[in-house]
Amino acid sequence: MSMQPRLVEVRRNVLKQNDVLAASLRASFADAGVFVTSLVSSPGTGKTEFLEKTLSMLRPDFRVAALVGDLATANDAARLERAGVPVRQITTGTICHLEAQMVSDALGDWDLNDLDHLFIENVGNLVCPSSYDLGENLRIVLMSVTEGEDKPLKYPTIFNTADVAVITKMDLADAVEFDRETALKSIQAVRPGIEVLEVSAKTGDGMEKWIDFLGSRKKMRASKAA
Amino acid sequence: MSIVEGATEEAARHSGERVEVVHLQLGQLSGVVKDALLFSYELACEGTPLMGSRLEIEEVAAVIFCRDCNAEKDITSIQDFRCPACGKASSEVVRGRELLIVGLELEHEYAAATG
Repeated sequence: MSMQPRLVEVRRNVLKQNDVLAASLRASFADAGVFVTSLVSSPGTGKTEFLEKTLSMLRPDFRVAALVGDLATANDAARLERAGVPVRQITTGTICHLEAQMVSDALGDWDLNDLDHLFIENVGNLVCPSSYDLGENLRIVLMSVTEGEDKPLKYPTIFNTADVAVITKMDLADAVEFDRETALKSIQAVRPGIEVLEVSAKTGDGMEKWIDFLGSRKKMRASKAA
Repeated sequence: MSIVEGATEEAARHSGERVEVVHLQLGQLSGVVKDALLFSYELACEGTPLMGSRLEIEEVAAVIFCRDCNAEKDITSIQDFRCPACGKASSEVVRGRELLIVGLELEHEYAAATG
């Protein structure tokens, strides 16, 4: 007897479960009035240093907390705790990115109403995190001056899904002969119109501007909700 | 693996017939690599109702909307989000982010269906 396969049409987003959960996280963040920023970059870009500086600058005026994704260690969380804010580590094991479920689990008993800003540091990786919505309000992609000006061209998808690009370690720009024009051009090629900020967490250059930018985005979200 | 879970759930709606082929649309900007999916598919299916099935991937090129041309345009490369016709940059991605299960081929005995 001949076996005739039957073709059924379906239309199902493979990441539907993640997207549904991310949407519900986003709604609860909005209800609580907490502004959520996620950070993605390659390993070694200086996400943790940048975040540590950001947390300590925000801490006097805002209630701030952070979730940190890492494959195996809790070192980054320990570093961030030095900023004097609540930090929780998400150890992903072999998984190379964060998913909405991990964020939801890590939040645990934290009362979102007690927070103004929440930061989510993704695992250092420029490929997989691009596909997963975490319910964040702002996704920033970081690249350092030491990584090569064509980084955005090598990883266009992550830059294309980001809301802001931050160039870190600007204090090293001269030493590594960083070609700023080429870097900016690469970023704009893969994500036209994206806001680009240049910072040095070490010297503090550009950090005020970043904090102001963050504040303006938080206000924008609040006025949209109102 | 989300593809296997998703396809299993969809197949269950169709009286649980054995799945022969899963058809997937994969956008150029999905952040997922075709070869990596194909490579890991068999392993991901092991011990699931999808064991022995095949994954067919249709790649979807990135398409932007150009406001100046008021039209959807294929971009020449995902490293360059400019309209190939007028050169205007656009961040409006119309297609290319797909990671969609679009069809299942289910094992089906012809005689059983007609009889």
